[in-house]
Amino acid sequence: MSLLSVSDLYVEYETAAGPARAVSGVSLELEPGEFLAIVGESGCGKSTLLFAIAQLLTYPARVVGGSVHFDGVDLTSLRPEELRQHRWRDFSVVMQSAMNALNPTLSIGAQLVDVCRAHTDWDERRIAERSAEVLAMVSIDAAHLKSYPFQLSGGMRQRAMIAMALLLEPRLVIMDEPTSALDVVAQRSLMRQIQALRERLGFSVLFVTHDMSVVSHFSDRLAVMYAGEVVELGATRQVFDRPQHPYSHGLMDAFPSLLGAPKPLTGIAGNPPSLVDPPAGCQFAPRCAQAMDVCTLVRPELVQEDGRAVRCHLIHPVDRP
Amino acid sequence: MSEPVLQVQGLTRHFRVGGFRTRGLLHATDEVSFDVGAGEIVALVGESGSGKSTIARVLAGLYPPSAGRVVFEGRDVGRRPSREVRGRMPMVFQDPFGSINPVLRVGHSIARSLKLHRPELSGAEREQEAVALLERVGLIPGADVLRRFPHELSGGQRQRLGFAQALASHPSLILADEPVSMLDVSIRIGLLNVMRDLRDSEGVSILYITHDLASARYVADRMIVLYAGRIVEQGDTERVITTPQHPYTRLLMSTAPDPRLPLADDASVTDLGEPPKVINPGPGCRFAPRCPLVTEQCRASTPALVTLRSNQRVACYAVEDE
Repeated sequence: MSLLSVSDLYVEYETAAGPARAVSGVSLELEPGEFLAIVGESGCGKSTLLFAIAQLLTYPARVVGGSVHFDGVDLTSLRPEELRQHRWRDFSVVMQSAMNALNPTLSIGAQLVDVCRAHTDWDERRIAERSAEVLAMVSIDAAHLKSYPFQLSGGMRQRAMIAMALLLEPRLVIMDEPTSALDVVAQRSLMRQIQALRERLGFSVLFVTHDMSVVSHFSDRLAVMYAGEVVELGATRQVFDRPQHPYSHGLMDAFPSLLGAPKPLTGIAGNPPSLVDPPAGCQFAPRCAQAMDVCTLVRPELVQEDGRAVRCHLIHPVDRP
Repeated sequence: MSEPVLQVQGLTRHFRVGGFRTRGLLHATDEVSFDVGAGEIVALVGESGSGKSTIARVLAGLYPPSAGRVVFEGRDVGRRPSREVRGRMPMVFQDPFGSINPVLRVGHSIARSLKLHRPELSGAEREQEAVALLERVGLIPGADVLRRFPHELSGGQRQRLGFAQALASHPSLILADEPVSMLDVSIRIGLLNVMRDLRDSEGVSILYITHDLASARYVADRMIVLYAGRIVEQGDTERVITTPQHPYTRLLMSTAPDPRLPLADDASVTDLGEPPKVINPGPGCRFAPRCPLVTEQCRASTPALVTLRSNQRVACYAVEDE
C-alpha cells in the first residue's frame, strides 16, 4: 500500500475576483522510501499542494475537493488534535527558508526540546541524547545545540531544519525548496546528505523545487506541475531524457549547460494563465508552440501509459467534439 | 582590443567588525584587478561571501574603496563617482521586489532616470524614449507597461524594467548584481538573452555577478572566479569552463547541478561548502583549509596570479603550466 495517497485534490484561494484554483485535480502516490520531486514555475501550485498535504493551509486557502490519505488515514477529515498526533511523528515539513522558519530567540537545542516535549514523553536525558544524535546525522557538532540561528551559516541552518524534521523518525519528510537560498556547493552537499540519510533511515521524501536540475540525480520520480495540474509524471531519468509534454520540454531547454557546445536557448515565452479565469482547453495552450485547434477547446486528461503519465493532446489524441 | 571601458586596479575594501574586545578587520575584497573591454560581458563568479557584490557596490559608489583605483572610460573615478559616471555605469540589483518603488507607476522611474541623466529631452521626447527603452528589453507594448504599477509585473518583467532603467542613462557599462538569481529557472534564460542582445546590438559592456557557472558560461566572454575576496582564476569563459585550473574552480564545476552530466563522485561529499569570513586573515592561501592539494607553502604565503600559456591567470602553487 502507498504511504501517501493524494486523490483528485482541489485547493482554492478566495480572492476579490472570485476563487482562484491553485491546485486542480492532483493525484499522487508515494511509496515507502520513495523520493518524489514536484517541479514547476512560481505560481504553479506546487507549494500550495505541499501545504494541503501537510494540512497547513490557512484562510484564504482551502481544500474544496479530494482527499489525502497517509497510511490509510484521511488527513483531510481529522480534527486539529488528531492531526497533531501525526505531525512530526509520521510526517514532518522542512520549510523553504530556515532563516524564517527557525525561532531567532531560541537556541537550536531549545527548539529541538520543544518538539520532543510536545510530541513525546521522553525525559531530559533522552531528549539531549536524541538531539545530539540528529545533529550528528547532518554533520553539525553537538556544541551548536547552544547556538542561536543567527550564529549558523545558511547551509548549517538548513541542515539543522532537516535534523529537526528527523527528530522523531517520521516516515515522510516534506521539503519545500530547502536548497533555493544556498550556494551551489552547499546545495549539492545538502542534497547528498538527504540522499544518504534516506538510504540509512528509509523515509520517503516529497520535494518541491522550481529548479529541476537540483533533483535530477536524487529523485526516483518527477512530477511536472503547470497551472495547478500535473502535466507529466514519470521516472526522473525518463522525464529528463525524453520529456513528452511541451512544457516539460520548455523547462529542460530553459537552463544553460556546462557541457557541449554553447547554443542559444529560448526558454518559454509568455506567462502562466490566470487561476481565477483559466482557459477552457489545455492550460498550457496559450504558450504552446505546438498548440492545435483542439487544445483550446478540450481540456486534456492525464493519461497513464507504461508507468508515465502525460496530459497532452499531442501524445494522447482525442476525438474532436 | 581597444582601451578597456573599466580598469580596476588593486581594489581593496575592508570593514571594521566586532566590538571593543573582538574588534577585527573583515577583508571583503583584497587587491582585485581586472579590466572590462568595450562590448564585453565579464562574469564575476563566486559563492556568497566571496566579495563579488562588494566589488559591484564599490564600483557603483555605494561605498568608497579602502585602497586601489578605478579607472572608467580612461579617467580615475576617485573615491566617489560623479553623477555622470554613475549614469554611464548604472547598477541592476538582485531583488526585483525590493529595488522598485511600489507606489509609483513604471513610467515614473524611467522618466526620473531620463530627467536626471538626459536633461536635454523634452517631456514628449522623454515619453517616447521611455516606451522605446521598455520595448528594447522585451516589455511590449511599452506604452501600456509605462502606466502600470510594479505589483502588476512579474519578477522577470521587473528585472527587465531594471535593465530598461539602467539603459535610460546611455550607459557604457551595466553592473548586474545577480540579476536572475531570484527568478524562476524558466524565466532566467529570457533575461540572459536580453543581456546578450544588449551587448551585441548596443555594444554595452556588462559586469555580470553570479554564483551560477552555467549562466555565466551562457552570457560571458570572460570569467573571473573569486574566493574569499581574492581572484583565484580568470580567463576566457570557454577556457575556464573546459580546463579549470584552480582547485576551487574545479570544485565549483563539479558541484554545479547539471542533469545532463552523470553525478560526479567527488570531494563535495565531505565538503560542506562553507566559504570563510575573512577576519584578520593569516598570510596563506584562503582556500587552503578546503583544498585537496594543500601543501606547507600554501599555508605560509598567498600565491600570486600567474598567466599560463592558455592566457588563463591562476593563483595557485599547485598549478603547473603544461
